[in-house]
Amino acid sequence: MTIALPAEAAVQRRPFKIDMSWPVLLAFAALLCVLIVLPMSWLVYYSLVDKAGAFTLGNFVTLFSEPEFRAPLVTTLMLATSASIFCCLAAAPMGWLVARTDLPFANAVRALVTASFVTPPFLGAIAWELLAAPNSGLLNKLYRHLTGAEMGEHIFNIYSLTGLIFVISCYTFPYIFVLVANALDRIPGDLEDASSMLGGSAATTARRITIPLALPALLAGMLIAFLQAMTLFGSPAILALPAGFHTMTTKIWSLFQFPPKPELAAAASLPLLVLTVMLLRAQHMILGRKGYSVVGGKTGDPRLIRLGVWKWPAVAVVFGVLMLPVFLPYFALFNAAFSPIATTLVTPENATLKNLWFTFSLSSTKIALQNTFVLGALTATLGTAMALVIGYITVRRAVVGHQALGFLATAPIAIPGIVLGVGLFLAYTQPPFVLYGTIWILLLAYLTIELPAAFQQLSSAYKAVGNDLEDASRILGATRLQALRHITAPLLRTSVIATWCFIFVATIRELSAAIILFTSDTKVVSVLIFDLKESGDLGAIAVLGLLMLLLTFAVVIAINRIPGFGAAQRLRNT
Amino acid sequence: MSKRQVSRRAVLKGSAAAAVTVFAAPVRAQLPLASPLNDALIAAAKKEGRVSFYTAMDLDFAQRLGKAFETKYGIATKVERSGAERVFQRIGQEYGAKIYAVDVANTADAAHCIIWKRNGWLAPYLPEDVAKHYDKAYYDPDALSVVTRILVSPIAYNTKLVKAEDAPKSFKDLLDPKWVGKMVKGHPAYSGTIMNATYQIARDLGWDYFEKLARQKVMQVQSATDTPKKVELGERAVMVDGAGYLVIRYKEEGAPLEIVYPEEGTPLATGPSVVFKSAPNPNAARLFQNWMHSREAQQFLVDWARQYSAHGQTVEKPSVRPLRDLKLMKEDPEAVEKEAESIKKRYAQIFKV
Repeated sequence: MTIALPAEAAVQRRPFKIDMSWPVLLAFAALLCVLIVLPMSWLVYYSLVDKAGAFTLGNFVTLFSEPEFRAPLVTTLMLATSASIFCCLAAAPMGWLVARTDLPFANAVRALVTASFVTPPFLGAIAWELLAAPNSGLLNKLYRHLTGAEMGEHIFNIYSLTGLIFVISCYTFPYIFVLVANALDRIPGDLEDASSMLGGSAATTARRITIPLALPALLAGMLIAFLQAMTLFGSPAILALPAGFHTMTTKIWSLFQFPPKPELAAAASLPLLVLTVMLLRAQHMILGRKGYSVVGGKTGDPRLIRLGVWKWPAVAVVFGVLMLPVFLPYFALFNAAFSPIATTLVTPENATLKNLWFTFSLSSTKIALQNTFVLGALTATLGTAMALVIGYITVRRAVVGHQALGFLATAPIAIPGIVLGVGLFLAYTQPPFVLYGTIWILLLAYLTIELPAAFQQLSSAYKAVGNDLEDASRILGATRLQALRHITAPLLRTSVIATWCFIFVATIRELSAAIILFTSDTKVVSVLIFDLKESGDLGAIAVLGLLMLLLTFAVVIAINRIPGFGAAQRLRNT
Repeated sequence: MSKRQVSRRAVLKGSAAAAVTVFAAPVRAQLPLASPLNDALIAAAKKEGRVSFYTAMDLDFAQRLGKAFETKYGIATKVERSGAERVFQRIGQEYGAKIYAVDVANTADAAHCIIWKRNGWLAPYLPEDVAKHYDKAYYDPDALSVVTRILVSPIAYNTKLVKAEDAPKSFKDLLDPKWVGKMVKGHPAYSGTIMNATYQIARDLGWDYFEKLARQKVMQVQSATDTPKKVELGERAVMVDGAGYLVIRYKEEGAPLEIVYPEEGTPLATGPSVVFKSAPNPNAARLFQNWMHSREAQQFLVDWARQYSAHGQTVEKPSVRPLRDLKLMKEDPEAVEKEAESIKKRYAQIFKV
């Protein structure tokens, strides 16, 4: 905790004395090094030693020679590839419909996509178990009811690789949707107008103008979807065991079973890390050259395409797709919360409050809720503050060496949650920093995981504001502080709120690092739900999951309504 | 508690003696004096005001047990429930980082107590009731652990999906092709009951039994407390193993479940509880351990949870078939302790998870 203090101090001090920027830079660089470099060094160190601490490559030999490790690696790659393709197929057309056509209820669609982003992947997986378990799943029951098929026949089997790919896609597609929709929002209408004025048909315009301009965002989205699917722990932890296979993340977690094998866990984490870094480099190489400068110009709003007769079919398809991540799972959870047996349909006769009563009688419920929301708020506040300072320093090039700071703040994006969990566990269970057993280790984990997204959001916000306005106010005699307060701060307000909410939501739904780092006193809701899943207490999970979502939405709405601070702002840049 | 226990007791005695010769180098101390439940302990415990109880028992009952203690003594009881192997792993991970958060732990795998004892983590404590009313086979000779509950891991089926005449009678019956894709099973890396059941089945029927079983497309879940729930839901028709007491309770609450004690013998697991030496609330821990093995709490265990008690004065629940009437597989915590890792590894190879 103490090491996070310089951040706050810096926030307050920086505007007064620009001479302080060097110490500030150094403090932040040191802080980021501790956050990132320390756990990663321990990870590499552990992967190269044996139990006795002597140097060995044996861990990697085991990793690549034993089928029990090779199989999960192959499964994970298949999973990530297919999930990113599925996400792309669903999200890209939807993003186009919302951003570039006169699709009715476009704002409702954006809100629903946000809802599916807020849903933790493990909760979504449990909800889909309630819906599509081959025998007890509600959808399969409906199918048998409608067709009169025999017990045992089913149309969906969620306990399969396909099932897992489907569930992961359900809660990963928002990443692609948001990137594509935002990119399409920004494409200036005059380019398309020019194309059609020069005689290009709608198809030609799409092929030559719109698609090439949106392609970088789509590729970036696919990459993020791939990385998310590859490093996700929540959904596989729920579905992979009954389906009879391991993914890399569940395998890494299982290495912490007694007797724990942290050196193997460290070794198994490194391929995920290396692959992530390679993919990010590849993305940089592909996209780095293509500078489509479509942002910041003074061009007209994008032209909305009229869907005509296709309007209502399009609405039907979009809402049909949104049934999968949002409507159906929430219905299943709601049903389970008030049903005597999780997958029995609630009727006025059998409705029960016993699940509610049971959930609130649990001694862990209160402490987990408290930990979760305290950590969420702390991470969001500190993370936003850090990103604000680092973003300002790098975008305004306030000091020499700002690039290094930017790199450090982006680096954690390459670290999957469970890998970071392993690294932090190795780093903070031994001197000089013993933090395991406190909520501060979770705070560090969450801060590290969320910093890249926060930094990117806020630095792009700084870029969007531009220097001109600030400079103009300085020329007119304002001090730097006054310029920041009267010009930059008001313009950044919505971005700050959006970033705060983004980090808050992402923290609440985090499981992969928490599952390695929690102790009984520092349990969070995601871990509690995971434990309840182990013993099959589905009713309690439904109650807790819905409560968690309700509270999350309440906080997000409240933050957006703070008088004089947040104007009504939807969570768009998620 | 039952006449049948003689052979089991003999085994436990023998193995305890073996354990002593191997692990207890110094001359054996006298068994600590039985501790009565007196006002001084209650006052000291109330002063601490809280106790943290790690357990593998079904959450619903664990929570009720904690609440009953809380109501009686006004001591806040924090219940940490997960599968016994995860409880064990958690305590190991916390102790490895010098975090002493657990006061009392109740496991479903007696092998854990052997390891904790060897590590020197346990505090000797012998509640008076245990000294008076428990068979010596049910507590550690150094008073480091007491059996809180005795578990069996039978087969069970959903009566809506399986007719009584078609129901399996033995583990061998489960290899019939008609059960392909219809069974659910717990996992020894998460559940202590299943760890012991796996050891016993592999010992008595051979590992090739599991190899054949794995070809039946068995659905794998973690906890022994989850398999009865999956059968109740109708997700699978038959459970291969799991908490027998839950099957009986759910059935009596109206679920379409029926229990089958397999012909080859029913796997058995005793669930001992321990007080930790570094317990943060040492008095509350002892009071809880004392109360949990009192006739009152043990009768609650029998009546509500439908588990077997080792307390000599508890009255059996008529709907639960007494242990003495069951053909049981023989429990062997020492062997489980030695073979746990290889059991998990072999199991993972066979079932792929």
